[in-house]
Amino acid sequence: MNQLNEYKNMWVYIETEGGKPKSVGYELLSAARPLADRKCCELVAVVIGHQVESVAAEAVGYGADRVLLIDAPEFASYTTDAFANALVALVEKYRPETLMIGATNNGRDLAPRVAARIKTGLTADCTEIGIDEETGNMAWTRPTFGGNLMAVIMCPDHRPQMGTVRPGVFRKGAFDASRRGEIVREDFRVFPDEIRTKLIERVQEVADAVNLEEAEIIVAGGRGVGSADNFRLIHELAEVLGAKVGCSRAVVDAGWLSHIHQVGQSGKTVTPRLYVAVGISGAIQHLAGIAGAEKVLAVNKDPEAPIFSVADVGIVGDLNEVVPALITAFRKRTNPAKP
Amino acid sequence: MNICVCVKQVPDTAEIRIDPVTHTLIRAGVPSIVNPFDTYALEAAVRLKEKLGGRVVVISMGPPQAAEAIRSCLAVGADEGYLISGRKFGGSDTLATSYILSEAIKAVEKRENLRFDLIVAGKQAVDGDTAQVAPEIAEHLHLPQVTYALDIVEQNGELRIKRDCHSGYDILSVPLPAVVTVVRLPYEPRYPSIGPWRESKKRTIPVLSEADLETIDLSRCGLSGSPTKVKKSYTPVRDKHGTIFSKVPAEQAAEKVASMLSEAGII
Repeated sequence: MNQLNEYKNMWVYIETEGGKPKSVGYELLSAARPLADRKCCELVAVVIGHQVESVAAEAVGYGADRVLLIDAPEFASYTTDAFANALVALVEKYRPETLMIGATNNGRDLAPRVAARIKTGLTADCTEIGIDEETGNMAWTRPTFGGNLMAVIMCPDHRPQMGTVRPGVFRKGAFDASRRGEIVREDFRVFPDEIRTKLIERVQEVADAVNLEEAEIIVAGGRGVGSADNFRLIHELAEVLGAKVGCSRAVVDAGWLSHIHQVGQSGKTVTPRLYVAVGISGAIQHLAGIAGAEKVLAVNKDPEAPIFSVADVGIVGDLNEVVPALITAFRKRTNPAKP
Repeated sequence: MNICVCVKQVPDTAEIRIDPVTHTLIRAGVPSIVNPFDTYALEAAVRLKEKLGGRVVVISMGPPQAAEAIRSCLAVGADEGYLISGRKFGGSDTLATSYILSEAIKAVEKRENLRFDLIVAGKQAVDGDTAQVAPEIAEHLHLPQVTYALDIVEQNGELRIKRDCHSGYDILSVPLPAVVTVVRLPYEPRYPSIGPWRESKKRTIPVLSEADLETIDLSRCGLSGSPTKVKKSYTPVRDKHGTIFSKVPAEQAAEKVASMLSEAGII
């Protein structure tokens, strides 16, 4: 057990890919800012990458008091070994009280590796973060059992308290160009032979066309759509709304759409302002992926479908009639002149 | 290639219901299954063994009834299975669980007189959903890891792994031994055929407890060895009582829905 009072400040890891930040890092800065103020501590952003100085400067504008920057060619793309070594070195040097990491695939690859090396507690995929009144410890709230149960987890006797936080749960605050903060460049290098995995090939499937995690509106189809051909209804509705197209697992299994469109426990977790579920019954595994949606519109012919229990608004009916009617109704209200 | 598959017995989360009065999970009568992601890990392991030879050994940490999960793995191609179960292990969080499993892996290597070239598991268990135990095992054992695999192929003594990433996939190579977690595969896990299924039911599953793990530090196990503590848990109320249009002509319902979303400033 380590000396708790030696550990100070709240850290947010800012994940980058190809020199660009993932939105979740800035979302976490916005969410952590009031918590750091309550603890009267510094909010520190950690940026590890290559040619990411602009990200470090941006992190200040999103609320960081200080940025720790590691910038070297070996961090140009993510590897478990290089990034874990770098992050552990920073933690051991500065001893943060709290460390938050976005719960992306890479974040959830990195965080447990770091936590196990430091031998501290890590709470996965949180959807709420707060401070326990009584103890001042972080209170991490996370869904388990496929979203059926919420648990509040604390790490009372080990530091740093670590958590991964789901992307899209918190809104990114406004960028404030007038904010001032210190950028500290850390000369940490990793030798090539320390990196055991090698990237052979990177395949972009449809690039940003299916960036479901950051979509404002998603139109998703399920088994009820009936066929790959009938998915043109889903695409058309998505187009009218300026939305991205998602689907349930059944659709991927049937080969109607590729896995990158899949929403739910074995697919993507999404947090759009509007999620339109068409012909999706709402298995728990699917609902787990859309718990962060602001509004859900469900279209299903079965009035008992579980999707209606999470819907803000729903239409019971044949999607082959309802979807064309929605397309007409939405088209009237969306300005075609707007992009 | 000798492969260790880490599996977990989980309640079938698709079957879990919430008590409408107490808002608690109804666990009684919910069937136990092998964590679905782990069944992909096992299938990948068995296919590698079928191609390259070697042994597939399943380990699972849990209560005595988790032996049933191990038996169902033996029915679909695993050669041996060990249950990791002990009084000192109860209440372990991910760090403690991964530590116990890493010690168990060393013990199983000794008993089976082999070294594992590969340790595989599902990307996460569908009850805890943490995805932390396998990477933490990799760290305890100082092994390289690849998480979120969509396919695992052996090529000249190295593994090529298709890894799920944000907008597509990466092909990674990793030297062995390594730890890999699996999301899904291009093929489905096999079903047991009747002979092996019957055989598996008769198998005695060896149990490794704290007494059998020679080098284990018990202060790192169980509830007291776990840095994280559950402060409370609750079931989220799922009924939004939204506005549902039923038995309304499609055009009329669509108009109303569009107005509502427009008024909410969403479209």
